[in-house]
Amino acid sequence: MSDHPSSQSSGYDRRSFMAGAAGSALVPLTARATVHEARAAVAQDPALPVDVTLRVNGQEKRLSLDARTTVLDALREHLKLTGSKKGCDHGQCGACTVLIGDRRVVSCLTLALAAEGQEITTIEGLATDDRLHPMQQAFIDNDAFQCGYCTPGQIMSAIACVKEGHAGTDADIREYMSGNICRCAAYPNIVAAVKQAAPEIMKG
Amino acid sequence: MRPFSYQRATDPDMAVQALSAAAAANKPLTQASAQPLAGGTTLIDLMKLDVMRPAAIVDINPLAQGWSEISPGRENLRLGALAKMSDVAAHDEIQRNYPVIANSLKLAASAQLRNMATLGGNVMQRTRCSYFRDVSYENCNKRNPGSGCAAMDGINRMHAVLGISDQCIATYPGDFAQALIALDATVEVTGKSGTRSMPFAELHKAPGNTPEIETTLQPGELISAFLISGRWPRSVYLKARDRQSYEFALSSTAVALDVQDGTIRDARVALGGVATVPWRAREAEAQLKGQKFDDGLAQRAADAAFAEAKGRQHNSFKIALGKRVVARALQQAVMMEI
Repeated sequence: MSDHPSSQSSGYDRRSFMAGAAGSALVPLTARATVHEARAAVAQDPALPVDVTLRVNGQEKRLSLDARTTVLDALREHLKLTGSKKGCDHGQCGACTVLIGDRRVVSCLTLALAAEGQEITTIEGLATDDRLHPMQQAFIDNDAFQCGYCTPGQIMSAIACVKEGHAGTDADIREYMSGNICRCAAYPNIVAAVKQAAPEIMKG
Repeated sequence: MRPFSYQRATDPDMAVQALSAAAAANKPLTQASAQPLAGGTTLIDLMKLDVMRPAAIVDINPLAQGWSEISPGRENLRLGALAKMSDVAAHDEIQRNYPVIANSLKLAASAQLRNMATLGGNVMQRTRCSYFRDVSYENCNKRNPGSGCAAMDGINRMHAVLGISDQCIATYPGDFAQALIALDATVEVTGKSGTRSMPFAELHKAPGNTPEIETTLQPGELISAFLISGRWPRSVYLKARDRQSYEFALSSTAVALDVQDGTIRDARVALGGVATVPWRAREAEAQLKGQKFDDGLAQRAADAAFAEAKGRQHNSFKIALGKRVVARALQQAVMMEI
């Protein structure tokens, strides 16, 4: 498997190979509009990329993006933060859930330009040093996934669910986690994980 | 998605100007070349599907500072159009004095989408008709005026039984709008010549012969606020759907009652999931007003609400379901302890 640590350390992995082969990360070297200029009454030329600064997991990232780029595509394709997953790409499955400020949102329906200046937190921003976030640990402890594809979205959503005060009962957890679909149907274990992590998260 | 220009509107005048500058005569709002972006949960979705094709996006989120208030007063309630669905649903006073509003919002979409979507965008959301959303079907009068309607003899299980025409049976999908129309809300609209107000009931237009025209808003006009007079603590939003959560209504109802000494002084009933527009069931209200409540009365009101309903091949079940939803919501409202 190309995701094996030894192959990553050699500077070669499946993702960068595929991205390089597709050439999708290249942007045309043309004059660029900035969002600041776009505030003027005349909108920018849609053919030109726009300079935008995103704050992701506490770091400022300067990017030059097609205006159509969603936060999800900015994360995955431009910043190589592939933890946030693209499931339906239409706001129906929750796999792309990230926090913007302290709110959980679906990043597939959020334009990157519209998220400028706001703090974006992804699954990659949760662990500190070698310590997992309590919700990450709880998902492992409770075997709250099978294939794992929905898991980053589930975990981001679950953290917000707890902080919103919507993890008091099993019924509340099910209702307020309904925006995250798990096709492996790990739901009972997900509820257990949220319950386990809730007290520690509320303690801060 | 097709390319578009993006600009941020930092004040209402700028937004109105940008939206009306791009507006061409004869084009309905739904096909205007410039579209406002608020939560984006409808617009970005439909742009990815190539159903909406704006050449310009005007991001109105910077207007939220002035347009997102949640102000319950003694006499009335004012809700800014850019207030988030989740914030209004979680507001203590809305839950206490307007449970029909809080629950219509809480039972809609998912926690993530409610964090994004605004009240104004929510009432403007487009139908979920699968033929409208799938551009491989050419015949959709809403998308391609004059092309026909694939839903008439298609899989129309989710479609409307009230307010329909022979051009369109697409269901209005929202929940909050039912609460607004039941409570006689006023909508405040900001446009080129300042703000104007109109009854919320005058915002949406039934399809008739022009399903592509969905509202009475003109290009360049934005909803800035909703106003509701009085308080409605005895009110219920009940929603029946295929899944228990995160699903559109098969049938829903917004009910608000004023009951004094066992007599119904005022009654408001609106229907969702069954009509082409937010639907006020005044016939049901007429049955209820001045009466003492019992189960027979609830049934007569429910029957009156659906007296004009017309089902097609797959959606006739909505008429029986809808009556039961109305009757149950009335029972729940009467039994509320307030």
